Amino acid sequence: MIEVENIGKTFDDKEILLGISGTFHAGMPNLIIGSSGTGKSVLLKCIVGLLEPNEGLVKYDGRDFTHADRDLKTEIRREIGMLFQGSALFDSKNVEQNVMFPLDVLTKMPKDEKLDRVNFCLQRVGLENTNHLMPSEISGGMQKRVGIARAIVNSSKYLFCDEPNSGLDPQTAILIDDLILEITQEYNMTTVVVTHDMNSVMGIGENIIFLSKGRKLWEGTNNEITHSGVKELDDFVFANKVMSRLKNAL
Amino acid sequence: METFRTYSKLVIEECIQIGIGSIFLVGLVATFMGAVTTLQTAFNLVSPFIPDYIIATVVRDMTVLELAPTIIGVIYAGKVGSSMAGGLGTMRITEQIDALEVMGINSASYLVLPKVIASLLMYPMLVIIAGFLSILGGYLAGVFSEILTPFDYKYGIQYLFNPYMVKFGILKSYVFAFLIASISSFRGYYTTGGALEVGKASTRAVTDSVIAVLIADYLLAEMFLTK
Ligand SMILES: Nc1ncnc2c1ncn2[C@@H]1O[C@H](COP(=O)(O)OP(=O)(O)O)[C@@H](O)[C@H]1O
Ligand SMILES: [Mg+2]
Repeated sequence: MIEVENIGKTFDDKEILLGISGTFHAGMPNLIIGSSGTGKSVLLKCIVGLLEPNEGLVKYDGRDFTHADRDLKTEIRREIGMLFQGSALFDSKNVEQNVMFPLDVLTKMPKDEKLDRVNFCLQRVGLENTNHLMPSEISGGMQKRVGIARAIVNSSKYLFCDEPNSGLDPQTAILIDDLILEITQEYNMTTVVVTHDMNSVMGIGENIIFLSKGRKLWEGTNNEITHSGVKELDDFVFANKVMSRLKNAL
Repeated sequence: METFRTYSKLVIEECIQIGIGSIFLVGLVATFMGAVTTLQTAFNLVSPFIPDYIIATVVRDMTVLELAPTIIGVIYAGKVGSSMAGGLGTMRITEQIDALEVMGINSASYLVLPKVIASLLMYPMLVIIAGFLSILGGYLAGVFSEILTPFDYKYGIQYLFNPYMVKFGILKSYVFAFLIASISSFRGYYTTGGALEVGKASTRAVTDSVIAVLIADYLLAEMFLTK
């Protein structure tokens, strides 16, 4: 479980996030949704410690990460896996080296054990026998899978995904969503997914936080999202053609 | 110990990249530099009172003091500096640097330190190779166009030889190696934006490194060569 308390973030006097609080539960994907430029990525970066929030704090299973000393920070970092928007695979390393990298730098595992673990994770994301391909040689969807394998290879407890299905065709996008859902349930991870894709929202949105202009305007589940009564959220949800047709049909 | 091993590996990888990336161009430029210097010096020395071997002496002094460390520095900035900035800039905008940071790695030292160390190891070596090739290029040009005999050339390059100049040339190459690698890395590492900005960071890296090299060149000459 991750608790976010009253996070505020400004960039050169520009308020990007204001008083964001929320709880992300283990064993289910937790979604942060909102239109582009509302601060979703900034919030995610504040949570994983890539950015320092100006206010507020983040707790990982009760441990205050924001004010943690170096040792505790390192300890929590080792439990975090992250899938970036563009996959962020190291382009000078092949698939196997990419997935093995966290084990190389974070553990003292012997080489053959590392290789077993890497192969297990690659198999888990459906990419066996791609070990020696370079990131530039595989498709966007495969890159995301490698990114997921790299994020879970060190048995992470917390998984963060920034727009995991951006740039993918709808079918592949759903496969990636399902993969994230399965892995989250299988390993009881606390997973936070940033997205603006209504397909994902309806598909895996058990716990959703809606951001608009740096504020949290709503939270709930995908069953409640169509009748939230929040204007900004309605605008966001029904901007999707399928959703608006559905609404008119009802 | 583990860190030492990781870093040695990174440094070696960088050395290989620097070597492969620049050796051909550096060799080519150096050889022609020596050849052209020979021809032009011969063209300028019209007095019958100046012996032919002085041409070789001039080629040697120009090569050791200025051509090898400085001109090759400009080439190095264009080849290696721009690729360092481009590589780091790409890593920045594609969030590869963030990916390192999330894993708790100090990305600045992980990415930049090996580049600077590799540069300090490789650049002086390139300069020494360039020096030899430049003098060889001068020899070939001088002998083929019958400006001076092989004997005169060999005599000329040893004539009034002052080892201090070689030391000075190598000192310069260490300073330039550091400047080019650190300025280029800085430009790349702090890229923000997209592909366009990576291109700009690359160009800025070359411009800034060349300017820094020229200023350092002047200051070093002022400090070590003027009496
Ligand atoms: N490092 C930064 N410095 C300054 N402004 C930033 C920085 N990162 C993001 N922003 C600004 O914060 C706002 C929110 O960005 P972001 O979180 O990336 O949006 P999104 O919700 O699309 O992920 C944008 O206006 C962006 O320009
Ligand atoms: Mg974003």
